[in-house]
Amino acid sequence: MNIGEILLGLWNKSGFAQIITGFVSSNGWQNLVMLVVACVLLYLAIVKKFEPLLLLGIAFGCLLSNLPGAGLYNQQLWDAYVQGVPYVNAAGEVVEHITFTTIIHDGGLLDIFYIGVKSSLYPCLIFMGVGAMTDFGPLLSNPKSLLLGAAAQLGVFVAFFGAVLLGFTGKEAASIGIIGGADGPTAIFLTSRLAPHLLGAIAVAAYSYMALIPLIQPPIMNLMTTPEQRKIKMVQTRQVSKTEKIIFPIVVTLFVAMLLPDTAPLIGCLMLGNLFKECGVTDRLSDTVQNALMNIVTILLSTAVGATMIGSRFLTVETLKIVLLGVIAFGISTAGGLLGGQVMCAMTRGKVNPLIGSAGVSAVPMAARVSNVQGQKANPSNFLLMHAMGPNVAGVIGSAIAAGFLLSVFG
Amino acid sequence: MYFKMPVGEALVYALLGYAVVFFGICLLMAVVMIMGKIFIAKDKKAAAAKAAAAPAPAAAPAEAPKPTAPGSAGELKLHDVEPKTAAMIMAIVADKMGKPLNELRFISIKEVK
Repeated sequence: MNIGEILLGLWNKSGFAQIITGFVSSNGWQNLVMLVVACVLLYLAIVKKFEPLLLLGIAFGCLLSNLPGAGLYNQQLWDAYVQGVPYVNAAGEVVEHITFTTIIHDGGLLDIFYIGVKSSLYPCLIFMGVGAMTDFGPLLSNPKSLLLGAAAQLGVFVAFFGAVLLGFTGKEAASIGIIGGADGPTAIFLTSRLAPHLLGAIAVAAYSYMALIPLIQPPIMNLMTTPEQRKIKMVQTRQVSKTEKIIFPIVVTLFVAMLLPDTAPLIGCLMLGNLFKECGVTDRLSDTVQNALMNIVTILLSTAVGATMIGSRFLTVETLKIVLLGVIAFGISTAGGLLGGQVMCAMTRGKVNPLIGSAGVSAVPMAARVSNVQGQKANPSNFLLMHAMGPNVAGVIGSAIAAGFLLSVFG
Repeated sequence: MYFKMPVGEALVYALLGYAVVFFGICLLMAVVMIMGKIFIAKDKKAAAAKAAAAPAPAAAPAEAPKPTAPGSAGELKLHDVEPKTAAMIMAIVADKMGKPLNELRFISIKEVK
């Protein structure tokens, strides 16, 4: 027994040795930088509370996948899966056709987690949870607010066009554009199908900007509305019956999924979750979807998405472009919603407060809260929250339709 | 500059996409509006039937208004709301509005189900 050889073997297998020996040749420096990025994201999640439920998992997934030698996530395996090319596994065997079974057999823990992203399972289950937590009552009592949810998708298509101008392919541009929908699961759903190599950057941009909505939206809101308009008090809308709330998810699923079948997984899960909540006979299921299932899927989704942030993919000029286009998409979506609000304000002769338009971006309920806060700053007795919830939940449907369109064109 | 997708084509996709979102939402809005109208009509019909079924109450002499405490803004009607919850709601509203509670008048508090 040679203790020296054992110690040398241990050293050579360690991540420290792999970073030092492969610092330049094997992009070890990129691993180091990504470990720092992971720590910064952890700081933002824990100290600054930027969407901590998701950002914490994303940051830790990033940290795990950039540990040299740990083999928790194998990008080559997924590249071979996406491109349909042979893959040489750790034993030196050539695998011709990679399936999810191959990934479970040859991949690391985070590869197995990532199957749920690639198969769209996690985004759809998250949507089910969102549906179970959403009250569509404000939208049903004021159906015109649906238009604001559509108007606020402007940023999606402007960012798509901007991404094409910045040299991205159509599929990549579509995935970047959907950041403007301000809907994390939809962005992950679309990107995992169209441009999986950009998933890490797009998810981080989408969730970071969603957390920054209280900072991004108010200046645009103040710029696009007058103090008099911000003071407008809206009248109380009618009370919605239980039966309407039960019929609504069924009707939406039928109409939207028949119009754009590619949206069926997202809209179907969103509305199933909502039906669990509203029907009154599945309280146990509604409770499970809202709490236990949502929490479990959030852990798996965030860690798997974070795992895709490997140095060679993340530390590129493209990531900076995505970050830039993301904020433009958010800003223009807000402006689009406000423009829609202005049109409704003019058409109703001042009965609609245009501030509720910015809630058309689907970050529920953060965007609606921002509308309420801005309204109360102008007039402390102004309560816009329930009025803004209509466009807010309409934004979820609008972004799912936008994703369905982009998927049907580029998928 | 080299574009990976023709710019004109991208512009058409962007405009078409936005139009499709509006079309889908308008379709949905029309359905929701029709649904709402049906339910409002049904509710009105049910209310009318209920009113017709109930016998007209005999005309009772008008009750004299109950005396209220000095400085009181009148009676508050509570519908499915506990007095303790109502007190809490009124305190929150006053706090949010930055006005003393005795300067506000609450007419009724109703739980929206």
